Amino acid sequence: MPAIEISALRKTYDGRAVVHDLDLTIEAGECFALLGPNGAGKTTTIEILEGFRSRDGGQVRVLGHDPAKANRRWRSRIGVVAQSTGAALDLSVAEAVRHFAAYHAAPRPTDELIEAVGLTGKAGTRIANLSGGQRRRLDVALGVQGHPELLFLDEPTTGLDPQARRQLWELVGQLRAEGTTILLTTHYLDEAAQLADRVGVIAGGRLLQVAPTAEFGGELRGGATVRWRAGALVREVVTRTPTALARQLLAETPDGEIEDLEIRRPTLEDIYLELLATASPETAGTAAGDDTAGDDTATDDAAAGRDARDATPGGAAGSTARADGPANRSSEPEPPRQPRAVTRSGS
Amino acid sequence: MTTATEPATSATGPATRSVPAPPSAARIARARAVLELRLYVRARQAMIFSFFYPIIMLVIFGSISPADTVEGGVTYVQYFTAGIAATGIILNTFQQLGIRIANERDAGELARLQALGTPAISYLAGKAAQVLVTTVAQLALLVMVARFAFDVPLPVDAAHWLTFAWVTLLGTLAGTALGFAVSLLPKSAKNADTVIVPIALILQFFSGVFFVYSSLPGWMQAIASVFPLKWLTQGMRSVFLPDAAASAEVAGSWEHGLTALILAAWVVVGVAVCARRFRWRRPA
Repeated sequence: MPAIEISALRKTYDGRAVVHDLDLTIEAGECFALLGPNGAGKTTTIEILEGFRSRDGGQVRVLGHDPAKANRRWRSRIGVVAQSTGAALDLSVAEAVRHFAAYHAAPRPTDELIEAVGLTGKAGTRIANLSGGQRRRLDVALGVQGHPELLFLDEPTTGLDPQARRQLWELVGQLRAEGTTILLTTHYLDEAAQLADRVGVIAGGRLLQVAPTAEFGGELRGGATVRWRAGALVREVVTRTPTALARQLLAETPDGEIEDLEIRRPTLEDIYLELLATASPETAGTAAGDDTAGDDTATDDAAAGRDARDATPGGAAGSTARADGPANRSSEPEPPRQPRAVTRSGS
Repeated sequence: MTTATEPATSATGPATRSVPAPPSAARIARARAVLELRLYVRARQAMIFSFFYPIIMLVIFGSISPADTVEGGVTYVQYFTAGIAATGIILNTFQQLGIRIANERDAGELARLQALGTPAISYLAGKAAQVLVTTVAQLALLVMVARFAFDVPLPVDAAHWLTFAWVTLLGTLAGTALGFAVSLLPKSAKNADTVIVPIALILQFFSGVFFVYSSLPGWMQAIASVFPLKWLTQGMRSVFLPDAAASAEVAGSWEHGLTALILAAWVVVGVAVCARRFRWRRPA
C-alpha cells in the first residue's frame, strides 16, 4: 500500500488555483523530493497532506487515511519538519527534546537524538542563542523523535552551512535505511540528487514531471554541451551526439590542441531550470537552458520520449551562443560546423 | 535508534498494523504544566508585569497614603489590597496568558503542538496549572507584604479564608478562559500588547482598584459591572474588609451569589469561544 496517494488535488485561494489537479503516489519506504520555485505550491501541498490545510478538490490518502480527518493515532505515525514551527526560546536544546519526548509512545533516547542532529555541544544552550541552522536541526530532531513512518521535510536545509547540510543528509539517509517514507521539499538540486529515489518538479501549482532521480529529465538528459574556443570566440553546441561532434572536431584539428574543449552533460539543475523555463517563461526568467526556444511543449516532449532532433544522426540538436542577452536562440537545427560564435559571456 | 517500530513496508497495511497508542492527554498536560512553570519563571517581562506588579503597586500606594481612610471605616491600604489582589489575578491570567498565547501562536510553537497531535485540552490544562500555581504564590506574597508592611489584617476566620479560596479559584478560571479567548483577537503577536494591555488597564480604573468603586461615576460602574474584575475586587473586599464595610458597597452587601454567578458566566463564555474558535495557527 502506498504511503501517499493523491489524485486530482486542487486548492484555491480567493478563486485563484494554487494547486491544479495534482496526481502523485509515493510508495512506502520511498524518499521523494518535491522541487519547485517559491510560490510553486510545495508547502501548500505538503500542508494538505499533513492535515493542516483543507483542500478544494480531489482525493488524498496518507498512510491510508484522509488527512482532513486526522486523529492522534494517525498523527503519531507522521513526523513533520515544517518551515513555520517554533520552539520556546527560553528552553535549552536538551530541555526541549526531553519535554517533547512526553508526546510520544516510544521516543528516541534524548542524548542519541541530540547527537544524531549534531547538537551535542549545544545541548545546554538556550534555543534563543542557537543559530538559524542549529534551530533547523532541532526542528528535525523533534520531527523524528517519535519514529514516524512518514516524515515530511519542508526545506530542511535552507539556511544551513555546507557541513550541517551534509550532517543532515546523513541523518536522512539513516532514516531511509530504517524504512521511513520521506517527502522532502527543497530548492537544492544536489540535495534531491543526494537523497531522493524520485523527484517531482512543481511550478505554478502543477506537477511538471515525476521521475526516478537517475532518469529525471528524460530526453532533456540526453543532450550534451560541447564547447571549445576558436581564437577569441567561444563556440558552444548542444547536441545529442557529442561523440560524433568531437570526432569531427578532431578530424579537423589533426594536430595541435582544440582549445578549452569541454563536453558537459546537463546537471539536474540544468534540467530543472529548463523544465521551469519551458513550463512558464516567467517562472524561471532568463536563467533557463539554451536548447528549447521555440519548443514550448518540452514537458510533453520529454514525457512522450520523442525527439525530432534525433532524426539527423551526427547533427546538433541546435546550437546557440551564450550571449549577454537571451536573444540568440535558434529553433532550427543547425549543422555542427556552423556554430554561432560569440565572445565569452562568462558562463 | 534500535527501538524502531516494524518497517513501513509491513504487509498488513496501515489499516490493521498495530500502532502504540499515543500518551494520554493527562500525561501531556502534566508535562506541559511543568514546562509552563519553567517558562513563566524565565520570562522576565511576565514576572515583572504580572507577578510582581500587584506587590510593587501595593508598596507604592501604601507608602503614599498610609493613613487615609475610605468610606466604611477602613484604611485606603486595606481597600487597595483587596483591589490589587483581584488585579493580580486578572493580569496573571487574562493579560499574561492572552499575550503569551498570541506570541506562541505567532512563533509557531502552537503549530508544532498541532503537528505532534497535542490535545488542546492538554495545552489548556498546562496553562491553567501554571496560572493557578503562580496566582497562589503571588497572593501569598501580597498578603504577607500587606500584613507586615502595612498592617492589613489577614482574613479573620475560616469563612473568610474560604471566600478567599473560591473567589481566587473562580477568578483564575474566568481569567484563564478569557486569556485564551482574547489571544484570538489580535491579528499578530505584535498587536497583542496593544490590544490586551489597555483593556486590563482601563478595567483597573473602572473596577474599584485605585479609586473607591462606590464613588465612581455611574457610567464607569455600569461598564465595570459587566466585566469580571469588578466582581473580583468586590469579592476580595469581602475577604479583607470588616463585614460592616459591606454597607458602603453600591448594593449595600457583598453580593456573593451574584459574584459567583457572573464569574462562572465568564468562564462559560471563555470556554465556549475557545471551543469554537481556538486555533493553532495564525489565520492565513
